Amino acid sequence: MKTRLLAAALTLGLAAPASAQDAILNVSYDIARELFAAINPVFAEKWKAETGRDVSIDQSHGGSSRQARAILEGLPADVVTFNQTTDIQVLADAGLVDENWREAFPNDASPYYSLPSFLVREGNPKGIEDWDDLVAEDVQVIFPNPKTSGNARYTYLAAYAYALEVNDGDHEAAQDFVGRLFANVPVFDTGGRAATATFAERNLGDVLITFEAETAQIARQYADQGFEQVTPSLSLLAEFPVAVVSENAARNGSEEVSKAYLDFLYSPEGQRLLAENDYRVHDETVKAEFADRFPELKLVTAEDVFGGWEQIGEEHLAEGAILDRLFVNQ
Amino acid sequence: MTAIAPAAPVRAKRVLPGFGLTMGVTLTYVGVIVLLPVIALVLKGAEIGPERFVQIITAPRTRAALQLTLVAATMATIFNALYGLLMAWVLVRYDFPGKRLLDALMDVPFALPTAVAGLALTALFAGNGWYGALLQPLGIEVVYTIWGVALAMSFTSIPFVVRSVQPVLEDLDPQYEEAAVTLGAHRWTIFYRVILPAILPAWLVGITLSFARSLGEFGAVVFIAGNLPMKTEIASLLAFIRLEEYDYNGAAAIALVLLFIALVLLVASNLLQARAMRYKGKGA
Amino acid sequence: MRPAAAPGALAPRPDQRVAKALIAAAVLLTIAVLVVPLAYIFHRAFAQGFQVFAANILEPNTLHAIALTALVALLTVPVNIAFGIAAAWAIARFRFRGRKALLTLIEIPFSISPIIAGICYLLLYGRQGLLGSWLLAHDIQILFALPGIVMVTMFVTSPFVLREVLPLMQAQGSEQEQAAVTLGASGWQVFRRVTLPNIRWALLYGAVLCTARAVGEFGGVSVVSGSIRGQTNTLPLQIELLFNDLNIAGAFAAASTLTVIALVVMVLKTAMEARR
Repeated sequence: MKTRLLAAALTLGLAAPASAQDAILNVSYDIARELFAAINPVFAEKWKAETGRDVSIDQSHGGSSRQARAILEGLPADVVTFNQTTDIQVLADAGLVDENWREAFPNDASPYYSLPSFLVREGNPKGIEDWDDLVAEDVQVIFPNPKTSGNARYTYLAAYAYALEVNDGDHEAAQDFVGRLFANVPVFDTGGRAATATFAERNLGDVLITFEAETAQIARQYADQGFEQVTPSLSLLAEFPVAVVSENAARNGSEEVSKAYLDFLYSPEGQRLLAENDYRVHDETVKAEFADRFPELKLVTAEDVFGGWEQIGEEHLAEGAILDRLFVNQ
Repeated sequence: MTAIAPAAPVRAKRVLPGFGLTMGVTLTYVGVIVLLPVIALVLKGAEIGPERFVQIITAPRTRAALQLTLVAATMATIFNALYGLLMAWVLVRYDFPGKRLLDALMDVPFALPTAVAGLALTALFAGNGWYGALLQPLGIEVVYTIWGVALAMSFTSIPFVVRSVQPVLEDLDPQYEEAAVTLGAHRWTIFYRVILPAILPAWLVGITLSFARSLGEFGAVVFIAGNLPMKTEIASLLAFIRLEEYDYNGAAAIALVLLFIALVLLVASNLLQARAMRYKGKGA
Repeated sequence: MRPAAAPGALAPRPDQRVAKALIAAAVLLTIAVLVVPLAYIFHRAFAQGFQVFAANILEPNTLHAIALTALVALLTVPVNIAFGIAAAWAIARFRFRGRKALLTLIEIPFSISPIIAGICYLLLYGRQGLLGSWLLAHDIQILFALPGIVMVTMFVTSPFVLREVLPLMQAQGSEQEQAAVTLGASGWQVFRRVTLPNIRWALLYGAVLCTARAVGEFGGVSVVSGSIRGQTNTLPLQIELLFNDLNIAGAFAAASTLTVIALVVMVLKTAMEARR
């Protein structure tokens, strides 16, 4: 009886697909679920056409830092597609990823980018147009926990950068602004997607702040609820870095397919898929083709405003640093 | 547990075989599955050093999380203590249609995965859920508040008090109550003077277990709590978040505090159980 | 155990009004806190019709999660039954030093948060954990794979069978078993012919509770699973994943299958108690 059940369980597909000759595990950030569900079959087809080999691609999604930690603990990722360079740097520091991973692929190993953007309810009842509308007393803002979600760290930094800009570089005023923003957040989910669910499914909050790719997709998916995308006047460029986890790939013998998989993201075909999923890309042809989807705004970078991620880590994200003071003492 | 000794006579001679085998199996299994991982945690804790350890667990956010966990667990346990007592009483003392079903329902929270409970409760109390739609116009917010935390804890630990009190109440010899009636005692006096002392140890065991379970509850709470630092962030979630921030020391320190509390409660419940048994032994 | 007369039969006649009020309170409260949430799960699972429900359940990743959960339970429960019997035998039938300490140790998983269990396993078997480098050198994958999920589930569910069997074996005493030994029965025969029939129902009950808990384990497994879609997601994790995929109907569909399991457990338990 038991063995029969066991056999049934196994036939239900517990064993890895036997036909695939190549297999990779792509460990990714939380809201990339639909993106890679769209990309993977196209790549698999291309790989088959080019090499005659089948490839099965497994996906794991979660907060970017959580995912990096799992890899440090032994999650056998072949490639990582994250939303924050620091989370790959952690893997590089531990020797799992090549030290010079940023040179391994074009554009500092970031095939696409996005930015924190707003999603408001139908008719924009609270009249939210820019960052300073978010700190009004009666506005509830939803974004995830900046301690666990890379997505929310960009939101934090973008709000900070905006406040610096309008206050002529006054850090005290900027921190006061971000503190007021945090005070308007009723719930901090651990990942970007949970925050979206809170806004869209549990009807909480007046505005959701998340990557533009997510706001666009949610606006489409929940068309009947009439959510509206609002692009602020200024935002922070969010890189989406990728890397081969060389140590795991070497053990799994998947180096070649892993590299090809990430290269595919830079190909015109891959870039088009990314743009279709509302990520901004570098390919000029694709860029022109999708220009109307991506409103113009002032995009600043972590390097410009904060002197790079290392400095951000020390001044903002380290335990007891600015983020902790604002976030915990709100 | 030695208090059970009167029921199981002490055997000086080992007539029965199998001590080596069963003891070997027990120790190996407990060693590998339970003890070794716990030792890993304790070693990690020792690595932190006492100064840093104290610093971590007295940090405002940790204190707030521990306090919330304790307060919400207390709220949940108070409800369960009263509800459990009511249920045990009604199920033992009265006969009415649907009683068996009601009795059986008491076990559902044990069998229902906590994540399912969390999902259902959150959706139910959200603004567009059945309960939320009723409560929100009244200005009562449950989801993402301490009430939500307490609610989730309470739901998952409902069976403890009922199932602890029920058998004792069933075995309670009615002759004391009869005697009290003969002596003209008022109903409330009887409950207070005769019944309550008899079921008190069992009730306390149930309360302790319910409290312990509430402190450790995770799956249901994270769905409904909102995880607001300093406000609705429970201790086990904070340990989880510390892990995600690569802060292993922080996670281990909080985990150790929770482990310690659990151990204290376990010992307390075992002592209470021993007393309860002794009482039963006397009554029988 | 019950007295021959219904308890309280000769005790003060319950005041009808008080009785009715208490029963009403009990029934209404139970409906509010238990029945409505259960009903709500099915309401949401079927809100978009049966076809959507069926499609959600038959989705390959959800099917895989169901199969994985079943496999984890199939591996966990028999081991815990064997352990429960062995530990109950050792503890109920023999006196030895450290008996109480052993019991407390066994009960630890019962009262600590499963998250803590997950953290313990991470600190032990993680790459950076105590045994991490050794496991890596020998190419053994425990975390983020079946072994880790099974072991954490074993941790969380280990006391369940013992907790049901031990009190019964202690209460029954060992006279029958000793007599059998005196008559020349072997240890195995004593166990099969004397002990097992006595503890049969408690054992089964413990196994049922253990299964329910193993199937529903969430916190501990979420730490060590790595949530690889269609690979290391158990059903409770799949619920969270579906919820975060914004497939709420799917999440409730998966939740409803677990709820059905819980209800089956409830029925089994009631049936077993009638047999006991």
